[in-house]
Amino acid sequence: MDLSYTAEEKAFRDEVRSFLAEKLPKDLQDKVSGSDGEGLTKADMERWHAILNDQGWLVPNWPKKYGGAEWNAVQKHIFEEEAGAANAPRIVPFGFSMLAPVLHKFGSQEQNDYWLPRMLNGDDWWCQGYSEPGAGSDLASLKTSAVKNEAGTHYIVNGQKTWTTLGQHANMIFCLVRTDKDAKQQEGISFLLIDMDTPGIEVRPIILLDGSPEVNEVWFTDVEVPVENLVGEENKGWTYAKYLLTHERTNIAGVGVSKAGLATVKRLAKSEMSNGKPLIQNPHFAARVAQVEIDLKAMATTNLRIISKAAGGGTPGIEASMLKVKGTIIRQAINDLARRAVGAYAMPFASEAVEGSNAGLPDPLGAGPVAAQYFNNRKLSIFGGSNEIQRGIIAKVSMGG
Amino acid sequence: MNFELTEERQMLQDSLRRFLRERYDTATRNAIIDSDTGISADIWAQLAELGVIGALFTEEQGGFGGKGFDLAVVFEELGRAGVVEPFLDTAVLAGGLVADLGDESQQSLVEEIIGGTCQMAFAHGEPTSRYDLNRVQATAKADGDNIVLNGHKAVVINAEAADHLVISARESGQPGDDTGISLFLVPSGTKGITIQGYALLAGGRAAEVMLDDVTIPATARLGKAGEAFAAIEARIAAASIAQCAETLGAMETATTLTKDYLMTRKQFGRPIGTFQALAHRMSDLLIEMEQARSAVINAAGHLEADRNTREANVSATKNLMGRAGRLVAEDSIQMHGGIAMTQEYELAHIAKRIVMGDHRFGDTDYHLERFIDLSAA
Repeated sequence: MDLSYTAEEKAFRDEVRSFLAEKLPKDLQDKVSGSDGEGLTKADMERWHAILNDQGWLVPNWPKKYGGAEWNAVQKHIFEEEAGAANAPRIVPFGFSMLAPVLHKFGSQEQNDYWLPRMLNGDDWWCQGYSEPGAGSDLASLKTSAVKNEAGTHYIVNGQKTWTTLGQHANMIFCLVRTDKDAKQQEGISFLLIDMDTPGIEVRPIILLDGSPEVNEVWFTDVEVPVENLVGEENKGWTYAKYLLTHERTNIAGVGVSKAGLATVKRLAKSEMSNGKPLIQNPHFAARVAQVEIDLKAMATTNLRIISKAAGGGTPGIEASMLKVKGTIIRQAINDLARRAVGAYAMPFASEAVEGSNAGLPDPLGAGPVAAQYFNNRKLSIFGGSNEIQRGIIAKVSMGG
Repeated sequence: MNFELTEERQMLQDSLRRFLRERYDTATRNAIIDSDTGISADIWAQLAELGVIGALFTEEQGGFGGKGFDLAVVFEELGRAGVVEPFLDTAVLAGGLVADLGDESQQSLVEEIIGGTCQMAFAHGEPTSRYDLNRVQATAKADGDNIVLNGHKAVVINAEAADHLVISARESGQPGDDTGISLFLVPSGTKGITIQGYALLAGGRAAEVMLDDVTIPATARLGKAGEAFAAIEARIAAASIAQCAETLGAMETATTLTKDYLMTRKQFGRPIGTFQALAHRMSDLLIEMEQARSAVINAAGHLEADRNTREANVSATKNLMGRAGRLVAEDSIQMHGGIAMTQEYELAHIAKRIVMGDHRFGDTDYHLERFIDLSAA
């Protein structure tokens, strides 16, 4: 039992730290920490991707032959933790860490050779077409249909996808579509790559409760997709989708982000005055902060135990589900503390919807839009398999169902 | 023992609920939120005509209510519909202080307020006061027959629309002293007042109000010099009851929407409410709703009691509503899933009203500590 990193891992951490200190632009940092009250633009995210790509760290999980770094689980964790603590923008995962592993494992050589370099160069921005209005937690009940035309050259796609994160920036979408209506639900699904510029596709923004236009609905009306854009075999898409979801759940605990969030809460509570003293000296508030910090310390170790097992070749099972549940509870608790900390100043509304008038927004503690973040992050326990679905998995597997 | 509403209050509840159901749907309200002023003059006038504002004042003050249960009935309905118009700020807070403390000429404003033709705001909180009512740093200094105000008032709801501001400032003593605080009734256009407005997350607008050598006649003072604290505390008690009732109404909407959704939304071939994990959570919300209803009754029923009884009940209720409200808001969103995260769905606004209610007049923690102090007294 040794709780510390090896000398090699420490050297790697130092390398990551000096890279972040040197190459992470200050303006991006400020946007992520929320202190300037504005979200990241598409250009911001692309700029960060390009900086990482120059370093060879954009796709650490990819095989070296495709330009990856083949980091092990500990290295990936160190990077994610340091990047989170430094308020680096998160790498937009849809292409790099969701679609790419599916292509590596199930795609054709031509598909890998064509799509991967475009991804790295920033030629394509991918989004995910999974959920539908009637297919959320029960994803396998999806209805968007893809029927081959008579010539056998194209699939004709009809239907609607929803909750498409950052779909407004995307030119490509990977979709789960139904290619066999008569088969058992999971057996009639295929995995298609679709160019968003194809006629018949319409993207409509969904404004979230904090005013942010983060997710979209994507409508397909007789959209023609070349058959070459089928990944793997027809009607095997559910297997690929499940494989992809295991990658969606990496870094699921969000330890780095939570540590950064907790540091912000402490900073706010040192500045905010309560009954003539800094709020952090209020025993009740201090207890709330300490309680979350204690939980976070334990979860960070759980996270390391699982990572260590994965780096040794073990496959994480229900631990990913456990980390998702605990990690989101802790992140949401931190958001709740930040909103409590600032008192009445949680009420002002900083949003893109009121951009232009933001200059006059009062924010004496430099807290940023803490209440908006609190509401926005209610999504954490809903998306990527809700916490109820995760608990169901944990129960089923651990009780031998 | 009788927990029924009086006939008059029942009629007011019925007519207000009907009016808001017919005239204040999600789309109407969201359009009001997106407008420049953040309030609808039309809705304001119609609700005034319905007697909503008059119900918030006693008969001696020119109204026909003004008791704890009058406030509770009105604000529960406003909360149920997610109303963003600042009845609490204009009538209960600023208007109430004018009615409580004003001389005859100052009190003439109350008639206009009840008639719906006058907007008001209470400029009291400051950037470092948090929820403490006596931590007033703004100063009021005599200058001959005049008084000069200086200071910074924080998150003053409805300041931009207000025709008059009720401003608190210190004439003597230190921040944290109950004595030495005075109130002044000031036309909002008075020289030296700067209003920096902004939208609020849960609808409506507020402002930072800067007082820079604001010179007013001594006759602008409400009540006696340096003795306004007791009146402020009593008015904040009334406003807290109104706020808690509003939160209760919003929680009713949240739980109703959630119950309906659980029985209509199907996944895995059945309504999601038939999954025990969700059914039990829904049951917990319904249990907390009963707690919340009783807590509001406790506070409303003691508004007219002695100071300690009143304040202990207010703090107990505010603490419980903060906890139960957060649970209902968060669990309602969670059980809905993604749909509740969207602005056009009613629950999104309702959940914001519930949670932001905990940021007015002291939050869950503040009132827990205050309840302990009051219980020890």
